[in-house]
Amino acid sequence: MKVLIPTPLRQYAGKKDSVEVPGTTVGEALKNLTISHPDLKKHLYNEEGKLRAFVNLYLNDEDIRYMEKENTPVGQSDTLSIVPSIAGGKDDRVI
Amino acid sequence: MLEFKQSDYEEIRRHGEETYPDECCGVLLGTMNEEGDHRIVSSTVRCHNTREDRPQDRFYIDPRDLVRIQRQGREQGLDIVGFYHSHPDCPAQWSKTDFAEAHWIGCSYVITRVDKARAVDTNSFWLRGTEEEDKHFEDEPITFVAVAQKSDVPLSAQASMPPAEVPGSDK
Ligand SMILES: [Zn+2]
Repeated sequence: MKVLIPTPLRQYAGKKDSVEVPGTTVGEALKNLTISHPDLKKHLYNEEGKLRAFVNLYLNDEDIRYMEKENTPVGQSDTLSIVPSIAGGKDDRVI
Repeated sequence: MLEFKQSDYEEIRRHGEETYPDECCGVLLGTMNEEGDHRIVSSTVRCHNTREDRPQDRFYIDPRDLVRIQRQGREQGLDIVGFYHSHPDCPAQWSKTDFAEAHWIGCSYVITRVDKARAVDTNSFWLRGTEEEDKHFEDEPITFVAVAQKSDVPLSAQASMPPAEVPGSDK
């Protein structure tokens, strides 16, 4: 399957914007991704080996959290997008 | 350094004026140089602020939108090079929340202060570092693409320009 790498992680994926990896589930595909590109690991997983909370994984257009998470089955023609979240907000102080 | 077309720059500021008193948010698509210290914005994409609970001082972009924008950009040879949002009645400086929630290392985070529905200053911050633990924001200059268009030359200037020299007319 194809994994789309977001801009900040490309430097850890051989500067590529997408990587083809084998696997029958999201978890397997990610495992293979971090085997071929070990530097990606610490950016995707925390020290307990869990996916970092701000890392969103979309299989085609669906959030895997609402599917079977890392056990979600994948096919060869599927695309997995890694998208770190975007959020923020001003401080409480008001001028 | 973050480089804008004047029209894109004005568009993101206008977005903040339109959503006032709520925060606006959006994505900057463009290209980045090899060293990663120069980003050029080619287009901007408005996003919906999904923080319906407190949009006045929080913003969140639906990751599904990011997936779509990332894909559309890819088809045009463009990458996500940054993000923008507004600070209604608050300085155009990153907040603790902005920093805690910033994860796109290497990208630009542009903030516009909007006072009473009028965009005031706009600043850009480059998120640097190698990982979450050592990330930091660095002030970066915003520059504008020099667009050489005839329409940019004021009509009065065009009229006062000396007539083009016709070869052989110099007697
Ligand atoms: Zn902010």
